[in-house]
Amino acid sequence: MKYWRVPLDMEEIEVSRGIVHIVEERCKGCGYCIEYCPRDVLEFSPKYNARGYHPPRVKRPEACVNCHYCETICPDFAIYSVEAPPDADPAA
Amino acid sequence: MEKTRTRSEHPLNDLLRTDRIPHIWCPGCGIGTAFSSCLVAVKAAGLDLRKTVMVSGIGCSGRGAGYTKLDSYHTTHGRAIPFATGMKLANPELNVVVFSGDGDLFAIGGNHFIHAARRNVDLTVVCVNNLNYGMTGGQAAATTPSMAKTTTTPLGNPEPPFNLPLLAFAAGATYVARWTILHTRDLTKSIEEALTRRGFSFVEVLAPCPTGYGRRNREKPLDSLKIYQERTITRNGANPAEVTLDFHRGITLGKFVDLERPTFLDAYEKVCSLTQ
Ligand code: SF4
Ligand code: SF4
Ligand code: SF4
Repeated sequence: MKYWRVPLDMEEIEVSRGIVHIVEERCKGCGYCIEYCPRDVLEFSPKYNARGYHPPRVKRPEACVNCHYCETICPDFAIYSVEAPPDADPAA
Repeated sequence: MEKTRTRSEHPLNDLLRTDRIPHIWCPGCGIGTAFSSCLVAVKAAGLDLRKTVMVSGIGCSGRGAGYTKLDSYHTTHGRAIPFATGMKLANPELNVVVFSGDGDLFAIGGNHFIHAARRNVDLTVVCVNNLNYGMTGGQAAATTPSMAKTTTTPLGNPEPPFNLPLLAFAAGATYVARWTILHTRDLTKSIEEALTRRGFSFVEVLAPCPTGYGRRNREKPLDSLKIYQERTITRNGANPAEVTLDFHRGITLGKFVDLERPTFLDAYEKVCSLTQ
């Protein structure tokens, strides 16, 4: 797992969990979200969208901490995260 | 059901003309990220959206105004600031955001920029600086770094680039910051602050133009982001004279200026009161 900036109190804080949504038809396959997700949640999907780009897909759903970074770095409004309901078990 | 939810609920959809998305910007173009940051900031600043206007000039970044559901104005080349000034003076209640590129704001529109800053017109100017003229085919601009390759400088740019934060500060801007599209949180916070400040606020956003600039300088979109990560340093309050745009020496980011002085309307009203 790679961090661009490691929070000082990372061990203590309880992180929230997120569910990431991908709007495939908007994606232009730049890979920013995949490269800079701090939790390595995403990877390129092998499939193409209608415009011929590879959108991201979720590789490690349980790892998403709902930090919204993918959402803010995406130039194409093609990905966003929402808070997972507290009782949800994303690994299930 | 899950499928339809994912299609329609991007949190910025309410501020986007979704029928025009996907937008025209190239894959990896940083304008989209800067634009997105701007819309998040508009929301976060708690502005009355019915009294918030976005004004753009011409160029790739100038397309911004056409993609937002806010009232917006796509103006002639270089003239975003004069249109915005007119709008603000005619209706001081408006929050006026100028979203445009470096070529539009600092080459053809350079004089408008310095005079609006000098007058301290209450505007927020967000400049996407992608270091070249993207839309017209990657020519050298007033912001192209020394020795960078463009279609008009194939061996390297002999000219130095503008230091935009220094220019803005020297001309009289009361809020000046610079970030990159990688620094989304700082950038969004800065634009939000700029929106809430009275007076002329300026935020420079370094953004990749993979099609025009990147291709000729062997910078793929992710390489540009890596440069933003590795060759930048954040120094809030740094002297704007010391933040020249030199990727070899390193780029200083941060909020450089945040002060108060009477806006153009304050001063104008004061003068008008002298007649009584
Ligand atoms: S919200 Fe954060 S952790 Fe989750 S996928 Fe996006 S960038 Fe990764
Ligand atoms: S950042 Fe956006 S456009 Fe780029 S790959 Fe991710 S979802 Fe697609
Ligand atoms: S030409 Fe450059 S600035 Fe224009 S949309 Fe393409 S990448 Fe962006």
